[in-house]
Amino acid sequence: MARQVSTRRKLAFTALAWIVALILFFPILWTILTSFKTEQEAIASPPMIIPSWTIENYIEVQIRSDYFRHFFNSVWISVGSTLIALLIAIPSAWAMAFTPTPRTKDVLMWMLSTKMMPAVGVLVPMYLIFRDTGALDTVWGLTIVLTLINLPIVIWMLYTYFREIPVDILEAARMDGAILWKELVYVLVPMAVPGIASTLLLNVILAWNEAFWTINLTASKAAPLTAFISSFSSPQGLFWAKLSAASTLAIAPILVLGWLSQKQLVRGLTFGAVK
Amino acid sequence: MRLLPLLAGSMLLALAGSASAETITVATVNNGDMIRMQKLTDDFTTKNPDIKVEWVTLEENVLRQRVTTDIATKGGQYDVLTIGTYEVPIWAKQGWLLPLDNLGADYDVNDLLPAIRNGLSMDGKLYAAPFYGESSMVMYRKDLMEKAGLTMPDAPTWDFIRQAADKMTDKAAGISGICLRGKAGWGENMAFLTAMSNSFGARWFDESWKPQFDQPEWKDTLQFYVDMMNADGPQGASSNGFNENLALFQQGKCGMWIDATVAASFVTGKDSTVADKVGFALAPDKGLGKRGNWLWAWSLAIPAGSQKAASAEKFISWATDKAYLELVASKEGWANVPPGTRTSLYNNPQYQAAAPFAKMTLDSINAADPTHPTVKPVPYVGVQFVAIPEFQGIGTTVGQLFSAALAGQMSVDDALKQAQDVTTREMTKAGYIK
Amino acid sequence: MATRESRTLARIMMAPSVIVLLIWMIVPLVLTLWFSFQNYNLLNPITSFAGLLNYQFFVTDPAFLQSIGNTLLLVGGVLLITVVGGILLALLLDQPIFGQGIVRILVISPFFIMPPVAALIWKNMLMHPGYGIFARIAETFGFQPVDWFAQFPLFSIILIVAWQWLPFATLILLTALQSLSEEQKEAAEMDGANALRRFIYIVLPHLARAITVVILIQTIFLLGIFAEVLVTTNGGPGYNSTNLAFLVYRTALLSFDVGGASAGGVIAVILANIVAIFLMRAVGRNLDA
Repeated sequence: MARQVSTRRKLAFTALAWIVALILFFPILWTILTSFKTEQEAIASPPMIIPSWTIENYIEVQIRSDYFRHFFNSVWISVGSTLIALLIAIPSAWAMAFTPTPRTKDVLMWMLSTKMMPAVGVLVPMYLIFRDTGALDTVWGLTIVLTLINLPIVIWMLYTYFREIPVDILEAARMDGAILWKELVYVLVPMAVPGIASTLLLNVILAWNEAFWTINLTASKAAPLTAFISSFSSPQGLFWAKLSAASTLAIAPILVLGWLSQKQLVRGLTFGAVK
Repeated sequence: MRLLPLLAGSMLLALAGSASAETITVATVNNGDMIRMQKLTDDFTTKNPDIKVEWVTLEENVLRQRVTTDIATKGGQYDVLTIGTYEVPIWAKQGWLLPLDNLGADYDVNDLLPAIRNGLSMDGKLYAAPFYGESSMVMYRKDLMEKAGLTMPDAPTWDFIRQAADKMTDKAAGISGICLRGKAGWGENMAFLTAMSNSFGARWFDESWKPQFDQPEWKDTLQFYVDMMNADGPQGASSNGFNENLALFQQGKCGMWIDATVAASFVTGKDSTVADKVGFALAPDKGLGKRGNWLWAWSLAIPAGSQKAASAEKFISWATDKAYLELVASKEGWANVPPGTRTSLYNNPQYQAAAPFAKMTLDSINAADPTHPTVKPVPYVGVQFVAIPEFQGIGTTVGQLFSAALAGQMSVDDALKQAQDVTTREMTKAGYIK
Repeated sequence: MATRESRTLARIMMAPSVIVLLIWMIVPLVLTLWFSFQNYNLLNPITSFAGLLNYQFFVTDPAFLQSIGNTLLLVGGVLLITVVGGILLALLLDQPIFGQGIVRILVISPFFIMPPVAALIWKNMLMHPGYGIFARIAETFGFQPVDWFAQFPLFSIILIVAWQWLPFATLILLTALQSLSEEQKEAAEMDGANALRRFIYIVLPHLARAITVVILIQTIFLLGIFAEVLVTTNGGPGYNSTNLAFLVYRTALLSFDVGGASAGGVIAVILANIVAIFLMRAVGRNLDA
């Protein structure tokens, strides 16, 4: 009896969850479908649900802008900035988590507050700095900027994660005579790997999708996928199928990465929200 | 093992190739004519094997903010810039553009349409070469006009347009008598409204740079526009720009549409459901001697700091000379060549045959005078814009207000009053009004 | 417990991050402050000392007050939708359902979409009054299509942004929810508490920290949103969807008024910090260990 009720309940929740999930996913699904339509089909009335599966749009997009160059720029910039940020953040978060002082929280909050400067307001000063250092339109220049932008979030995420590692283990390691760097490498890091992994993933996503600096500090050589999108958005005439194809290409890599690493992302994405 | 020397050899070759070739970076807009140019790059590089071309194609707003930031800070990221008639006079005055005096022996500068050439020159020197030019005109449905029992004159008045719009509107059939821009932006609704206001005798500023939105001419303009659009315009007109109206017209939902002349080849093209029913007329007037048509030319220019000016100029010459028009014609047909730049194109019988809108386009361009845009004297240059650096910001703000008036969220009087205040403020800040 | 030695070490370990962030904060801030006292239009490179003129003009801009209101509405609206929606979604996803993995993947997907793409999709393919899916659906049922960006500009933007951030909120809340021990839940059930009471007295307090985190992180990102505004409404009609970040954008990249934009940037930082302090007072307690 009880089992039957729970099955029915499960079915009801399943239906509800799927409906909600499909509604939330619909805009993305629709974009992907539209990318396989002709331009006429894309604005047809009534809307055409099943496309004619043309790949014309993708061919046209590739002819006009070299997708792979933008793709690799995005990869270098997002992965590079994430790795550098982790390198700087891990010791910092470690120190804050295990040697907290009364001011630790203030420092954290101050770090977060550096993200509140509106980017547009500092574009011209930044552009001048970039020009004088030869960093305009370079992958390394953008990597540095994105490292700095996301560093506060990385530190905070790691800090909250490290804080949950029981101190006893560290003390046990210390008893065994482990010196500090060994403590870090052999004890802490293995325990922290899930947290680091999800921090890494979140940061790659944020860096991949950053669309102000990446557009405004690049021209051709270092332009990532955000700039690629701006060559297909709002042209003269309605070209939604091509825009959809370009959009699909721009979001696909990160979407697939997100799907594949969903478990890792979820596991560590707590920001200390779980006690 | 023989692969290795081969690989090394090919790498050497590649190195040698890249060492002798100079790469120029061309920044351009993602409009159809420019995309076509990008696809024809091979023709240029075959003729100039020592030059490589790197394209940066961006949507208009992003392009404008990128190239403006770069040229103003002398960032040096681009060798060829695509800019409009708004930027050229301002930038040339700052000394940011190189004069184009080496376009080649057979370039034939005198063939450029005088109105366009004047807009791109300063002190007799050309600072940007026009890639395509446009004015605005009336595009209308001949069948619907006939059904309404009216005949469109070649040079209509605003009163006629209003009358025709009323008669052509057929809400039941989903047909709006008139489609006009309503989306906020200095290059969107303000381009149309500023050009329209010229024909009503209005002006942005008097000779001492005092804003004129408190004058009756502006009130007449905006009131006429809002009334007509409320009565005969499409749903949601306040968010329609060029693209939205183009789609509406192509789908047969507009009786008339007053917009850029380049739209003519779209509404008579293969994507249009009404291609064989479109007629053209000059932009309307009010009997004051000025018509409500604008003048714009997307043009190619070289920033003053460019290290590769010679190559850049070769490229500009290739992209804007007569041979380029023939190249496009041979590949895509005469109807698709970039219009509005050269007299010879309009004398070409093949072009006249392929483009039914050729004559009206030429007449519209010739009817625009950027140095005397409106009835009364003005201190500025520009038909649908005011060629001062502050205009983009002011124009967009005023555009937001007029868009709100169209959406019915603000009265015409309020919109004008706020426009007057905001413009006065900005002009005071910029030091025009002492 | 911490020895002096370990404290010194901690300082050394924190130094790189503190130093780079200090530089990252101070250099742009100093430059911005400097420019905010200059008459400097990018297109007119003759600069001169402006005193407080830039501040005066930015604060008296007709759009200024409304832009602050819009910023708060935007942040508040998105937070409301994502927190409430996130809790409901988390509760739903916490139930045993068929195909849980796929459902979860579908739900978190919007978070991976770059903001300009999200705005373009919603503007063109969903909310467009002529060709958008919403209009088509309305037509099918015989309704007049809604012109979203003209009639409900700010709400439309809130909807788009909320769609992007809902997955983030859901994920954090779901993780928190799953850490609620079965024992606690069962104990409450034994006491005969109904679902609503269980939710209010057991689940909600347990989620308090997670909600705080969601609010804090999202606020930081939401205060600076302008790409969505730029793509969809250009701040209009009128100033109905102009937020502070867009106002700074308009000054910086449409008027190219570097001085004015810098003043706007400084004002935005000050206001953001006020919001942050307020936020910390209101919800920050939850963050204490």
